[in-house]
Amino acid sequence: MSAVVAEHDHHDEHHDHGPAKGLVRWLITTNHKDIGTLYLLFALAMFFVGGLMALVIRAELFEPGMQFVNPTFFNSMTTMHALVMVFGAVMPAFVGLANWQIPLMIGAPDMALPRLNNMSFWMLVAGVLLLASTLFMEGGAPACGWTFYPPLVLRDCGHALPFAVFSVHMLGVSSIMGAINIIATILNMRAPKMTLMKMPLFVWTWLITAFLLIAIMPVFAGAVTMLLTDKFFATSFFDAAGGGDPVLYQHIFWFFGHPEVYVMILPTFGVASTIIPVFARKPLFGYSSMVYATASIAFLSFIVWAHHMFTVGMPIAGELYFMYATMLIAIPTGVKVFNWTATMWKGAMTFETPMLFSICFVVLFTMGGLTGLMMSVAPTDFQYHDTYFIVAHFHYTLVPASVFILMAAGYFWLPKWTGNMYDERLARFHFWMSAISVNILFFPQHFLGLAGMPRRIPDYAVQFADWNMVSSIGAFIFGFSQLIFLYIVIKTINGGTGEKVTDEVWEDASKHSLEWTLPSPVPYHTWATPPEEVPSEHF
Amino acid sequence: MSTNAHDAYYIPHKAVWPIIGTAGLGTMLAGFANYLNGSAAGSTFMIAGLMIFISMLVGWFTLQANESESGMYNHGVGISYRMGMMWFIFSEIMFFAVFFGTLWYTRNLSMDWLGGIGDGPGRSTHDALWANYEAKWPTNGPGKVGGKEGEFESMGAFGLPFVNTLLLLSSGVTCTWAHHGLLAKNRDQLIKGLMATVSLGFLFVACQAIEYHEAYSEMGLTLGTGIYGSTFFMLTGFHGLHVCIGAIILSVVLFRSWKGHFTPENHFAFEAAAWYWHFVDVVWLGLFIFVYLM
Ligand code: HEM
Ligand SMILES: [Cu+2]
Repeated sequence: MSAVVAEHDHHDEHHDHGPAKGLVRWLITTNHKDIGTLYLLFALAMFFVGGLMALVIRAELFEPGMQFVNPTFFNSMTTMHALVMVFGAVMPAFVGLANWQIPLMIGAPDMALPRLNNMSFWMLVAGVLLLASTLFMEGGAPACGWTFYPPLVLRDCGHALPFAVFSVHMLGVSSIMGAINIIATILNMRAPKMTLMKMPLFVWTWLITAFLLIAIMPVFAGAVTMLLTDKFFATSFFDAAGGGDPVLYQHIFWFFGHPEVYVMILPTFGVASTIIPVFARKPLFGYSSMVYATASIAFLSFIVWAHHMFTVGMPIAGELYFMYATMLIAIPTGVKVFNWTATMWKGAMTFETPMLFSICFVVLFTMGGLTGLMMSVAPTDFQYHDTYFIVAHFHYTLVPASVFILMAAGYFWLPKWTGNMYDERLARFHFWMSAISVNILFFPQHFLGLAGMPRRIPDYAVQFADWNMVSSIGAFIFGFSQLIFLYIVIKTINGGTGEKVTDEVWEDASKHSLEWTLPSPVPYHTWATPPEEVPSEHF
Repeated sequence: MSTNAHDAYYIPHKAVWPIIGTAGLGTMLAGFANYLNGSAAGSTFMIAGLMIFISMLVGWFTLQANESESGMYNHGVGISYRMGMMWFIFSEIMFFAVFFGTLWYTRNLSMDWLGGIGDGPGRSTHDALWANYEAKWPTNGPGKVGGKEGEFESMGAFGLPFVNTLLLLSSGVTCTWAHHGLLAKNRDQLIKGLMATVSLGFLFVACQAIEYHEAYSEMGLTLGTGIYGSTFFMLTGFHGLHVCIGAIILSVVLFRSWKGHFTPENHFAFEAAAWYWHFVDVVWLGLFIFVYLM
C-alpha cells in the first residue's frame, strides 16, 4: 500500500479531516453528510417557495371571477409551482436523504464519487436559479404548464423559453451525476457482508430510482432541445407544415414524465418500508417481494406513458394497449400496500410522529392509486382528463404520499443526525393539522373534476364555487401548518427538547439497520472501516 | 465486488473545481439564453462562461491525473470510476435514442397520417389542411418548409458518408490496437495507435464539414429544411459534436501516454476514452443505416 493511503488512514484516526471554516465549507465540501444537509435545506426552502405559489393559485380560485392576478400570471404560477415542487423540492429532498442515509446504511465511508457529489448539488442550484430568473423577465415566467407542450410553448413563452430549456439541461445533468454516484456507491461500497438482498429497502428503491433517472433525464433534455431549435433554429420537429408532429413531443415528454413520477414515489416507498417495521417492532413483511415489486413498477413505468394522452387522437390499438398496460401497475403497487399492512398486523405498534405520517401515507396513497386506476380506463379518462380530478389524483400521490413521507423521514432521522429529540407533542399537532387539512384541500377537487371543472383556468362557472372555497380554506390551513414543521426542524437542530437521544433513538431500531449502531449525533466521518456484521431482515 | 473496496478508498476533501465548473456552465447557458433573446451582452457571457468551464476541465482532469499517477486510487476507486463512465455512456445512449425515435416516429407514423394513408385519427390533419399532400420520404412537409424555393436534395449514402464510415471503423481498430500496446507494455504501439485514432477522428470531422458545406451551398438542405433537414442535421450534428469531444479526450490520453502515464493495471482514463470512442462509433453505424441508407 502506498504512502498516500497510509497517510489517509492516519488522518482518519485523528479525525482531523474536519470541515473547512465558514461559509466556504459548504461550497467545497465533499462530505456526504454536508451535501445531504445542503440538499435537504435547499428542498425545504423550495417547498415554501412552491407552496407560496400554490397559495396564489388557491387565493385566486377562492371565488369565481378574477380577483388578484391576471390569467397569464395565474398560469405562470401553476407552471412554476409544479416545476419548483418536482425539481426543486421533492426530488432534491430524496437525493438529500440518499446522501445522508445510503453510506450510513450500507457501511460506506462516503459516497463513491465525492467531488461529483458536490457538483450535482450546485448544478441543481444553478438550474433552479435559471428557472427562477424567468419570474423577473419581460413576458414573465413560462405559463405553458410544466409539460411545455408545443405549439403553445413556442408561441406564448416570451423570453422565458431558453432559460427554462437550459434550466432543464442543468437539472438533468445534476440528476444524472447524482444518480451515477448513488449507483456506484450502492454497487461498489457496501460492507463485505451486506449482500444485495440484505440491503435496507430504502437503498434498494434508490438503486432502482437512480437507474430510472439516468434513463429518463436525457430524454427530457432531448425533448426540450427540440423545442429550442424549433423556436430559434427553424427546425420542424413539432410543426406539421414541415412534416413534423406536435403529438410527438407529448410522446417523448411522457416517456420521461411517467417514470419521473415514479422517481418521486419509489424512494417514498423505500422510506415507508424503513419506518413502518421499526414502529411495528417486526421485520418488514415480504422483503423480497418488495424488491421485486419495486423493480416491476420501474419496468412498467417505461411502457405506459401514453395514458397521459388518451384524448390526443391515438389509434385505437394504442389506446387499448396503454390502458391495459397501465392497469398492470396496480398489481405490484397492491403488493406493496399489502406488505405494509401485513407488517403492522399483530405488531407491537406505537404511534410516534414518523409512524403517524407513514400510516397516513399508506391510506391516502392508496386513494391516489385508486383514482389512477379510474383514469387508466381510456373511455372514462375522456371525462377526467384535464380536469380537477387528475389534479386531485396526483396530489394524493404526491402530497400525503411523497411529502408526508419526507416529513416522516425528517422526524425519524433528525434525532440521529443531530443527537437532539424533536418536540413530540408539537410534531403530533403538526401531523394532525396536515392530515386533516390535506383532505379538506384535495378531496373536494375530486368532485369538482367529475363535474367538469378544467385545470389551469383562473376562473370557473358558479356551480363550482362551494367546493373551491372549501379547497382553498384547506390549502391555507395546510400551508400555514407547515410553518410548525419549519419551527420544529430549526428547534431540533438547535438543541431540541434538551433531551439527548440514545444511539438507537427508537427502541430496537439497530435490529433493522446499521445507522442506529453509530453514535448520536453521527460523527462527521463514519465507517472508516466497514462494520463486521450487518442486520438481517429476519430477527 | 464490495469486499475490501474501501480499506483504503480514497475520499477527496475540499474540492474547488465543481463549484467553478458550475459557475462556468451556468454563466455560459444564461449568456446563451440572453443571446437567443437578442441581448447584446449575451455572447460575451457565453464566451466567458465557456472559458471558465474549459479551465475547470483542464484543472480538474490535471488533478485527477496527478492523483492517479501518485497511486492514490486503489482498485475500489477504479471500479467506481468505471461504473461512472458506463452509466454516463448509458445516459448518452438515451439522449441519442430520442432523436432516433423522432426519426422513426416521423417516417413510420406521422408521415402516413399527414399523407392521408390509413384511417387513424391523425388523418384529419390531412383531410382538413393538406388534402393534396402526398407523403414521401425525404420530405420537408406539406408546407414545403425551407430548401431552395421549397426544393432540396437529400444526402446520399455512398459518397463522403461511406468514406466516413470506413474512417470511423478503422479508428475503432487502431484504438484497440493501441490498447493491446498498452497491455503489452509496448509504448510505441500505444502512441502510434492513439495518434492514428485521433487523426482518423479529426479527418472524419473534416469530411463532415465538407458534407455540410455542400448541403448548405448546393443542395438546399439546411437545418430548416422541414423534418428531413431537422432530423438529418440534429442527428449527424450531435454525433459530430461527440466525435469532436471523443477526439479531444483521446488527444489528452495521447498526451498522457507520451508523458509516460498508464500501466497495464492502471489506465482508467484510457479505457474510458476507448469506451466513449466505441460508443460514438456504434452511433455512427446507426446513423449510416437509418439516416443515410434507408
Ligand atoms: C396505480 C398507479 C397509478 C396509475 C394507474 C396512474 C394513472 C394516471 C393516469 C391515467 C394519468 C393521466 C390522467 C389524465 O391526464 O387524464 C395520471 C396522471 C398523473 N399521475 Fe398518475 N397514476 C398512478 C400513480 C401515480 C403516482 C405514484 C404518481 C406520483 C407520485 C402519479 C402522478 C401523476 C401525475 C403528476 C399526473 C399528471 C400529470 C399532468 O398531466 O400534469 N401517478 N396518472
Ligand atoms: Cu403516468
